[in-house]
Amino acid sequence: MPRLELTVNGTPRRVEIDAGESLLSVLRDVLDLTGAKYGCGEAQCGACTVLVDGQPTPSCVTTATSVAGKSVTTIEGLEQKGQLHPVQEAFLEADAMQCGYCTAGMIVEAVALLRQTPDPSEAEVVRAMEKHVCRCCTYPRILRAIRQAARAGKGR
Amino acid sequence: MSEERLDFEPDRSELPERLQYRFEVERRRFLQLLGGVVVLIAGRDASAQETGRPGPGEGGTSDLAAWLHVAEDGSVTVYAGKVEVGQNARTSLTQAVAEELRAPVGSIRLVMGDTDLTPFDMGTFGSRTTPLMAPQLRRAAAVARELLVELAASQWSLAPGALAVADGQVTHVASSRKIGFGALTKGQKLVKTIGSDVALTPPERWSVIGRSLPKVGGREIVTGRHRYTSDLTRPGMWHGKVLRPPALGATLVSVDTAAAAALPDVAVVRDAGFAGAAAPSALLAARALEALRPEWSTTPQPPGRELYDRLRKPPARAAEPERRSSPHVVGSVAEAWKAAPHTLASTYRVAYIAHVPLEPRAAVAEWVGGRLTVWTGTQRPFGVKEELAEAFHLAPEKVRVIVPDTGSGYGGKHTGECAIEAARLARAAGRPIKLVWTREEEFRWAYFRPAGVIDVRSAVDNDGRLLAWEMHNYNSGPAAIHTLYEAPHQHIEFHPADSPLRQGSYRGLAATANHFARESHMDELAAALAIEPLEFRRRNLKDARLLAVLAAAADRYGWAASRSEPGHGHGIAAGFEKGSYVATCAEARIDAAGRLRVVRLVTAFECGAIVNPDQLRNQVEGSVVMGLGGALFEAVEFDEGQILNPRLSLYRVPRFSDVPEIDVVLLDRRDLPSAGAGETPIVAVAPAVAGAIFSATGHRLRALPLIPDGMPKPTPSPRSPSVR
Repeated sequence: MPRLELTVNGTPRRVEIDAGESLLSVLRDVLDLTGAKYGCGEAQCGACTVLVDGQPTPSCVTTATSVAGKSVTTIEGLEQKGQLHPVQEAFLEADAMQCGYCTAGMIVEAVALLRQTPDPSEAEVVRAMEKHVCRCCTYPRILRAIRQAARAGKGR
Repeated sequence: MSEERLDFEPDRSELPERLQYRFEVERRRFLQLLGGVVVLIAGRDASAQETGRPGPGEGGTSDLAAWLHVAEDGSVTVYAGKVEVGQNARTSLTQAVAEELRAPVGSIRLVMGDTDLTPFDMGTFGSRTTPLMAPQLRRAAAVARELLVELAASQWSLAPGALAVADGQVTHVASSRKIGFGALTKGQKLVKTIGSDVALTPPERWSVIGRSLPKVGGREIVTGRHRYTSDLTRPGMWHGKVLRPPALGATLVSVDTAAAAALPDVAVVRDAGFAGAAAPSALLAARALEALRPEWSTTPQPPGRELYDRLRKPPARAAEPERRSSPHVVGSVAEAWKAAPHTLASTYRVAYIAHVPLEPRAAVAEWVGGRLTVWTGTQRPFGVKEELAEAFHLAPEKVRVIVPDTGSGYGGKHTGECAIEAARLARAAGRPIKLVWTREEEFRWAYFRPAGVIDVRSAVDNDGRLLAWEMHNYNSGPAAIHTLYEAPHQHIEFHPADSPLRQGSYRGLAATANHFARESHMDELAAALAIEPLEFRRRNLKDARLLAVLAAAADRYGWAASRSEPGHGHGIAAGFEKGSYVATCAEARIDAAGRLRVVRLVTAFECGAIVNPDQLRNQVEGSVVMGLGGALFEAVEFDEGQILNPRLSLYRVPRFSDVPEIDVVLLDRRDLPSAGAGETPIVAVAPAVAGAIFSATGHRLRALPLIPDGMPKPTPSPRSPSVR
């Protein structure tokens, strides 16, 4: 079995994996980080989104071996010492969820977007989020939450 | 797994429940669990359908709907068989309990959808949680509060009337002496069964109901900590995969399992028509599956292009009693039609659409000492329990189903196939098994919202008043088939058919299809008579609640001032279903290249007294946007036993860029009981959008989805039947 070394949420990890295993499976089934979800298996819904060296990445179509030596951040890595990330706060504030299954992927994508573009236009937000599906269709609230997080970021 | 049982999925919300629940055993279990504290039991009320069990005197003690437990630490646990699938029942039911118990929201925990712990419940569908379960919990909480007051009164030797209850404490008003609920229950063992004659807090005194309480458990979701079924693990658990047929209707003739069984760390099972594999990871299980050598027997399956012709034919077998319906006939449509100055006949079609719950079917099954426990995302935990007991020939008390808060359902998770498969694999592997369907399995092997054909013919007088209304729905379903428009002569009938695809419940059931046909037809009549569409509806309506939502939507939209022009149109539609009223106005623009965009949707919604304004708004917004998908582009394509678009890259669902400006107007009728709200806001979207397209282009689109290719021609031609 190949051995994979990577950093997950700031902690160096070493795991035994099967060749061909997806990053999503390694995170969920080996490391028990189940915040990233399986939704489609073809990078069409965004539920599995994590950050790889800061870049939002669909972990379902990313092989685990391709992230060797890289730094992966999942939804579990956003909360710091009990303090929610401003995007998490904004999602709670806007009640931007129903079943919540897409929420982790949405939040991780939005975190990456706001790091890159702290004050995005509506069109920029839609473009960044377009690959994400919320089947409960809470899209208007998610847009509101991201706008709110951007505003909160500006205040700092 | 019984193929026969799985190939027909009726509208579950219209089915009588047939489970004979053995409650005596369960009741003892509850009392053991909750011994030494206050237990309150909500008695049976008028909701016979909800509990689906014999009434008092018919079957003894099978009369429980939910119960509530106040522990010595003051925490309150409520046991209810409903499940949370994103409709935020956990939040609204918590509010119901907090209101009547006068306890802090944070002290209340709901145990939902666990067949060992919660009383029998038919399922979470049909918008029944709010009108039926919430009042039961309120009654239980109100009696609990009274009991706690009595305890305090006897402890302090005071009259109960001298005491007040707030914030989880009983207070002696005169002396400000306080005691918490937990302290009151210390050393007590009280069990009280209650009926329906309990006084509830009147709406004008509500302090928790009617408020926008944030989603209970929201923090677990935004941190990724909430464990859906697909996130669960059990000690020693393996992952399963099931061998799927190459086409609908294909059956397994034989399978060579030798190569797969020879792989290390693999369990292979073949049982009648079922075959599958389990291994330490899903990847290894999938590899084992590839090593199976199956032979299939296929049967001819109908071509997709024949769909709508087939749906008009009566079923080969007589319809099952619960699917049969007798026509609603008033007067004589035929005679009115003959004498009327204006008549119109038109046909509407709706495609199959898929629920696409973002969490696919998932189950974790574990056998311990002949007892089976399955964690699974379903809207019918007790129905799935029954399916499991049948499939494995188990006594009901040998099966437990637990439903973690689930990644949505929309009516698509009523059945137990994934639970049964996981349990079969777990028995073969001799260890817990997790099975998560792939998205493609969801598209191919779950069930769809029924396709349908709807014929409408009508007659009107010269003043634009309906004389006759005749509507025949083939296959899509009877929900909301009846009209609220006044028509002296009516014939309304649902005709079951043999569906080529497996079909079942969906958000709003056939209410979307029937409203699409009815409201589109009303629009067509209005256009034929050159009467403004809202005015035409008003002329034919007496129902004050429907008129009120129409007025509210039109007002917010600015309907009276809206003028359609080529490429820019406005549509309006309204309806009623499951105790709720809705009206939607739609604005559509079509650019020079023929691209259509719905730019604005205004929806007015009234479901009686509002329980939680912000969560209600959330449900209405979500319904409206989801409805836009079915209205514009969602359709399951199929041909000869194949689903042709079984992936998210092929089946289009609404995304961020599709979302128009959404405006929701909520009418709060505190004088009326609260109805459910997760379904009905979806029903007026499609006809309103069709009306907007008509007013922008002059073309009446009579099939859902309206523009399946996403690019309507500037002058679309009338549609012919197609698989879409």
